[in-house]
Formats: sequence, C-alpha cells, structure tokens
Amino acid sequence: MSLLKIDEMTQRFGGLQAVSKFEIELQGGELVGLIGPNGAGKTTIFNLVSGFYQPTEGGISFNGSNTAGLKPHQVTSMGIARTFQNIRLWHDMTVMDNIRIAQHYRKGYSVFDAFLRTKKYRDSEKRIENIAWEMLEAMDLKEFAHELPKNLPYGLQRRVEIARAMSIKPKLLLLDEPAAGLNSADVEGLIKLVRWIHDNFDITIWMIEHQMKVVMSLCQYIKCIDFGATIAEGTPEQIQNDPTVIKAYLGDDTI
Amino acid sequence: MRKYSLNIAFAVGCLLIVAGAQAGLFNLYVQSVILFMGINIILSSSLNLVNGNMGEFSCGHAAFMCVGAYVSSIVTVLLFAQNKILGAPLLPPDLAPFFFPIAIIVGGVVAALVGILVAVPSFKTRGDYLAIITIAVNYMVISGIENLDIVGGPRGFMGMKQVVYAMSDVVDIPWMMIWTLLGTAFTLWILRRYISSTYGKGVNAICQDEIAAEIMSVNTNKIKLVTFMLSSGLAGIAGGLFAHVIGYVNPQSFNILKSTECLVMVYLGGMGSLSGSVLSAVLFTLMLEALRPLQIIKWVIIPLILVLLMQFRPEGIMGNKELSDVFPKLRRYFTFK
Amino acid sequence: MEALFQNIINALQWGSFYALIALGYTLVYGVLLLINFAHGDIFMVGAYIAFGVSVFVLGVQGLNLPGWAVLALGVPLTMILTAGVGVTLERIAYRPLRRKGAHRLYVVITALMCGLILENGNLALLGASRKKFPELMEKTVWTLGNVSVTNLKVLVIFAAFAVFGILNFIVTRTRIGMAMRAISYDKFAIPLMGIPVDNIIVFTFVLGSGFAGLAGMLFAMSYPILEPYMGALIGWKAFIAAVVGGIGDIRGAFVGGFLLGFIEILVVAFFPSTLRDLIAFSILLVILWMKPTGLFGVARHQKI
Ligand SMILES: Nc1ncnc2c1ncn2[C@@H]1O[C@H](COP(=O)(O)OP(=O)(O)OP(=O)(O)O)[C@@H](O)[C@H]1O
Ligand SMILES: [Mg+2]
Repeated sequence: MSLLKIDEMTQRFGGLQAVSKFEIELQGGELVGLIGPNGAGKTTIFNLVSGFYQPTEGGISFNGSNTAGLKPHQVTSMGIARTFQNIRLWHDMTVMDNIRIAQHYRKGYSVFDAFLRTKKYRDSEKRIENIAWEMLEAMDLKEFAHELPKNLPYGLQRRVEIARAMSIKPKLLLLDEPAAGLNSADVEGLIKLVRWIHDNFDITIWMIEHQMKVVMSLCQYIKCIDFGATIAEGTPEQIQNDPTVIKAYLGDDTI
Repeated sequence: MRKYSLNIAFAVGCLLIVAGAQAGLFNLYVQSVILFMGINIILSSSLNLVNGNMGEFSCGHAAFMCVGAYVSSIVTVLLFAQNKILGAPLLPPDLAPFFFPIAIIVGGVVAALVGILVAVPSFKTRGDYLAIITIAVNYMVISGIENLDIVGGPRGFMGMKQVVYAMSDVVDIPWMMIWTLLGTAFTLWILRRYISSTYGKGVNAICQDEIAAEIMSVNTNKIKLVTFMLSSGLAGIAGGLFAHVIGYVNPQSFNILKSTECLVMVYLGGMGSLSGSVLSAVLFTLMLEALRPLQIIKWVIIPLILVLLMQFRPEGIMGNKELSDVFPKLRRYFTFK
Repeated sequence: MEALFQNIINALQWGSFYALIALGYTLVYGVLLLINFAHGDIFMVGAYIAFGVSVFVLGVQGLNLPGWAVLALGVPLTMILTAGVGVTLERIAYRPLRRKGAHRLYVVITALMCGLILENGNLALLGASRKKFPELMEKTVWTLGNVSVTNLKVLVIFAAFAVFGILNFIVTRTRIGMAMRAISYDKFAIPLMGIPVDNIIVFTFVLGSGFAGLAGMLFAMSYPILEPYMGALIGWKAFIAAVVGGIGDIRGAFVGGFLLGFIEILVVAFFPSTLRDLIAFSILLVILWMKPTGLFGVARHQKI
C-alpha cells in the first residue's frame, strides 16, 4: 500500500484553475521534489494535502484512508506535518512552547485533567516535554529553548519550524521552500539537515524549492508543474535536460 | 515550598480578611470595596482569557455575568426565600450555606452554555465581526430578561438578601466575603492551570497564528469553544456573587457600560497577563471608589485617566508579561506554574 | 396596504439615520481598521451643536432670520463644527497611540473612553435637563389616502441618499478617495502616491464626523428632544448595521442602515415594541451567521 496517493486532483478558485489533474504516488521513504515557476500552484498542492483546502475534484488518500472532509488538525495527527513558505512560528512564545504546542494531538487529556492536574495530565505533559527536548537536542536547538523565535536569526527560525514539524513525528514531511531567504552557508546547513532527517527517521519528505542546487542535490525524483498542470517528471538529470522545463521554468530563471 | 508559596500567601491573606471582617476591623464600606474587588478580578481575568490570550475582541462580557446573576439568584430565592411568584422557600434555611455554592456554580454553567452562542460564530469569523456578535448578544440578553415578567422584567429581581440572612442565621460569619474570596481564588487557580498547560497554550497559538495552530494539530474550534465557555462561565460566577452581594439585580446593571468596565480592566492590565488583570481590577475598583464623591464627573475623569494612561503605556500596566517576568527575583519566592 | 406604505416611509426615515451614522463608522474602519466607538457620541455632539447653532442664530437681535435661512446656515456650521470634534479626537487621542505602535485594540478602547467623556462631560456641563430643539421648518404634511409624509421626512431620506451619492463619488472617483481605499490594503504604498497618510486620515474623520453632525441635526429636528445618552444606543446599532452590511464598504453601511431601519419598524408593527431590540438583533445575527463577512464584505484570502 502506498503512503500517499493523489488522484486527478483539481482545485479551482473561482475561474482560476490553480491545480489541474495532479497525480502522485509515494511509497514511503522517498525524498521528492516539486518545482515550478511562481504561482504555478505548488503551495496550493501542499494546502490540499494538509487539509487546508478541500479539492474541487479528485481525492487524496494517506496510508490507505481518504482524507476528504478532514480538518487540517486531523490530517496532521494522521502523520502529515509541514512547514510554511513564509515562516509561521508563534513568535511570542518560546521555542520550547512552539514545539510543545505542535504535539497537541497527542496530549490525550481533557480540560478537566488540566484543571485538576491528574496523573494522566502530568504523565502526558512529561511525555510531551521529553519529546520536545529530544527534538531540540537532535536539531541542535537546545540552547535556544527559552528564546523567542522572533529574536532568532532567519536561518535558525527555519530550523525551529522544521523541528516543530518533526516533533509531530510525521510519516510525511512537507517542506515549502525551506531554503527561501537563507544565505549560502545556511543553505548548505539545510541540505545537510534534510538529508540527516531523511536518513535517521522513518520518513518521507516532499519539498517545494526554487533553488535548483537544493532540489538537485537532495531529491531522487522531481515533479515540475506550470499553471497547475504537470509538465514534466523524472530524476534530477531528466528534469534538468527536459526542454519543456527549461522553457517554462529555467528559461527565465538563470541558475 | 516555592511551589506552594503563592497559594499559601493567598490563602493566608484571604483568611486575614475574613477574620478582620468577622472581628469588625473593617466597616461595611471597606468590606464592600473588597467584595467588588474580588468580583472585578474574576471579571477581568476571565475576559482576559478571551481578549488577551486568545486575541479575540469580546465586548459583551456583562451578558454572561447577567445570565449567571439571574440564574443563581432564581435558584437561591426559589430554595430559600419567600417570593411573590416563585412562592415559599422549598428548603429549610439551615441548608443555605450548602446550596449557595451550588447555585452559584449552576449560574456559571448556564452562563457557559450561553457562551456557546458566541463561541460557535467564532469558528468562522474573528476580530471585529465577533465584537459585533458579542455586543448584540449583550443587548439580546438584557432585552430578553426585560421581557421576562416572571423575574421582574425591567424592574429587576430581588430577595437575595433573605438568602444571605438565612446563611448568617446558621452561623454568623461574613458569608459573602468568604464566597467571593473563594470564587476569586477558584477563578485564578483554574485560569492559571489552564493557560500553563499544553492544552491551554493552544489558546495563545490561536491568537498568534490560527492557521499555523490548526495545521500543527491544534483543534482550534474545540479550544475556542472550551475557552469561550470557561470565560463566560467564570463571568457567570462573578454575576452570581454580584447579585448576592448587592441583594438586587436589574437588567440594566449588566449593560454595555458594565462590559466596557470589563474591557477597560483587561486592557489596562495588559493583554494576556493574569497578574496584570488582577492588578488592574484592584486599581480600577479603588479608583471608582475614590472618585465616587464626584458623581457624574467621575465618569469624565476615569475615562480621561485611562486615555492618558494609554498614551503613556500603550500596552497596559504589565504588557503581556507576568509579575514574575518583570521582577525575576520574585521567582525565588514563588512559581507561577 | 396603507399601513404598509406608512411603515415603509417610517422605515426609510429611521434607516436614514442609521445609514448616515453607519457610513461614518465604515469610513474610519475602511481606512484605519479602527472601530471608532466614539462615533455614536459624535452624532450626539452634532445634535447639540445643531441646537446651539440654531438657538444662537435665532437669538441674534435684529436679524430675525426665517427658519429656512437658519437651517441653511445651521447645516454647514454644524457639519464643520462636528467635523472639528471628530478630528480633534483623532489628533489628540488616536494618532499619538498609533505613532507609538500601540496594539489596535488599545486605540479602540481609547475611542470607547472618548465616547464616555463626551457623553458624561456633556451631562456634567449642561445638566440632565432635556433640551427642546427649536422648530426650524414649517411642517408640511402631504397625505395620500391614509399615508402621510412630512417634508421633514422627505428631507431626511433625501439627505441620506445624497450623502451616499457624494461619498460614493469621492471614494470611487477622486484621487484622495482612491487613496482612502488603498490605505487599508497597504499603508506603505500610499506615500508613493504622493498623498501624506495623515492627511487622508484627517480627511476621513472630517467626512465621517461631518455627516454624523448632519445626522445629529436632522435627528434633532425630527425628534426634538436632546439628551446626552441619545447617541449611545443608536451608535451601537448603526455600528452593527455597518458590520452586517460588510464593514469597510460604504454600500454595505448604507444598505445595512436601511435594513436595520426596516427590521425595527417591521418588528414593531407586528410585535410588542419591547421585543424590538431582541428580535432585530437576532435577525442581524442570523444574517451574519449565514454571511460572516457581511452582505458586501469580501473575505480577503490569506496567502499561506
Ligand atoms: N485561497 C485562494 N483564493 C484564490 N486564489 C488563490 C488562493 N490560493 C492560491 N491562489 C492562486 O493560485 C495560484 C497558485 O498559487 P500558489 O501559492 O499555489 O503558487 P506557488 O506555486 O506556491 O507559487 P510561489 O512560488 O510564488 O510560492 C496563484 O495564482 C494564486 O494567486
Ligand atoms: Mg508557494
């Protein structure tokens, strides 16, 4: 059974067809790329997968179950985590709190447990905290646990966002332009980090990225879309040499 | 020790106040100021949960207070007082001290249920549209009660003094002082536990970025529902206490002006700061009392003071910080968690 | 049938007041995203200014102006003076807060406080006695069957439509109007258009408060008893009407105001008048429930 299967998915916003008949099937364990020029519909695809929009047509199934009609938090708790193109951390809460809140779905206690601080509550909070520390440790963020994200440099904020997504312990991680806005040293760090995550966790990674260097060095398989439609797919070499891709995408964007 | 020091200090303070009241150390006027302080603390800290922590703009807090006041008053009067419409007391007056807190809680629960009326629209809209809904609910509640003749309509509802006397007949201690202080302690205790749990931190996440919260597995609708219900339930408790302290309620005591007072306390204290809410409720009550001799001019001076205060501290007294953040040394003596 | 027409006329008049006040709310909101809670009280101040102006002009010895001349003098004077009040609030209370980068809601609370100051300051200054507004217009009643229309009602309704027309023209056709619309989308792009942001804001307050003053004058002529709290309830209601119409959109405020007028008159026609607020607000809530952004509001989509 495949991990993620998207079937002829179409999304319309009024007259605009942002995604048309998009298809993909991930078996689990891959590192896949999604590229395309600005406004091609990449983020929309991620929004659809994470349940933020409901597709106009077509379906998404994750781990064999259909995600139609589920709310984003339900989809996330099935094991799909993501980051955002423009960093969306909770900037006035510490890094630690950011990571704790992302584990909301596994808290497993009710408000009344929180009022009474029952054993269930204490155990659960302990577990959440342990996982948070583990994740901070793994991501090399431990020393920033009590900082506010807004006070951290941009590169670190990206890392915190990935750590926050990883603390959900997802099976599928969606990265929306993780290298956007990073300087070249940070980009190197990011490439290492993504590869490290892919090697050390039982995880599938699907990333949108404009920087060819990142996509080409990380991804095993790449899909390229333009105006919502898939125009090419294949290995990095195939994509790099595909004339339609060059025309739509690389042609006006020198790498 | 550090963990409990704040609770112990609070308990000792309350005990001293009750003992002082019993021994006649403070006169009735001082007592009533303390009572209003307690009620205002409940109101401001509960509204702060929604307006400060969750970042919504609820403008009709008095509506829930009103519901709590009427419901608990009807229950106690029905049980322990003679009333033209509700008839003779149903229970012997000896039971009053036991049933009183239950009646207050019933008022809170009904107020929490009315809170759903505001919570459900908040799933779809936020901010200014929700402000309207709360203002409208405030008007609707008042107007609804004014049209209910069974509870006196616009003339108001009374008989709660009898209930308080019934309690004093059992044991002669300052009951309302005890209940109000307990209510205040209960409110602060619950709120503190709620907002420091991972569950309750979801509220702040919604405030700062609702979309991120939903996508990071926070069930935002459920949290909003719980938070609105908690906030309005606590306002209902404040209303119940208020009704029994005054001994008489009428719908217009819970109009938009009362809601405005709640709003002022929240923003004066600082959005999202529990200690700020407590501090501002105390200050605001004192300010109201100090300026009472000025009569109508009071309501020119107070807004003027507040306008000036906001010019100097445009984030409220405490900002979004707690006392222990401003004075880190205090952490040696207590923890906020 | 005749009762229906009579009700429609009354609803139009009643709705005109709501619409005129709602327009002011919406203008300020559209530009600053500020709920100017003092607006209802600015309307009240407008009524008192109208009173002061008319009594003063009527009282000047040896002038003996006829009512219509007083009206012709009073309207612009009232509008200018009321606009002055609105702009003063903006200058001394709201602008400094905005400059300090205060949270938006602190400005809203300040507005709420300014409203209280206006209400109670007025009460403290002029006392609780109600003021009787002098009659400026000889009343003409046209009757058609059992439906009666006074010239005053026609004037009120005409004024509301005229104001809407003027505002619509300003907002869609003039440079400053376009800047007003643009500013709520992007505060930083406006200076690029060559118009200082503060000028646009002041202009907005002039428009909103000026028309509130006009509404105050017309209201005082129609219901000639003035008291300091007259602006509070009507202001809140007009605000709700503006939101139901879709706040920030002048068509929304206009339609919302008339909608509320119609609902209220219809409710009173069929139910005891004590139920008016309850039912009217319930209906408005249902509308907001079904269309959470208001009748003319559009949901701004958020890029994620
Ligand atoms: N909620 C929405 N309502 C209307 N149109 C939308 C919505 N979301 C996205 N769009 C439109 O869909 C198209 C695709 O947008 P999308 O954000 O998916 O592009 P993208 O490939 O991520 O581009 P970029 O590289 O700039 O991030 C754009 O034209 C966008 O304006
Ligand atoms: Mg994108």
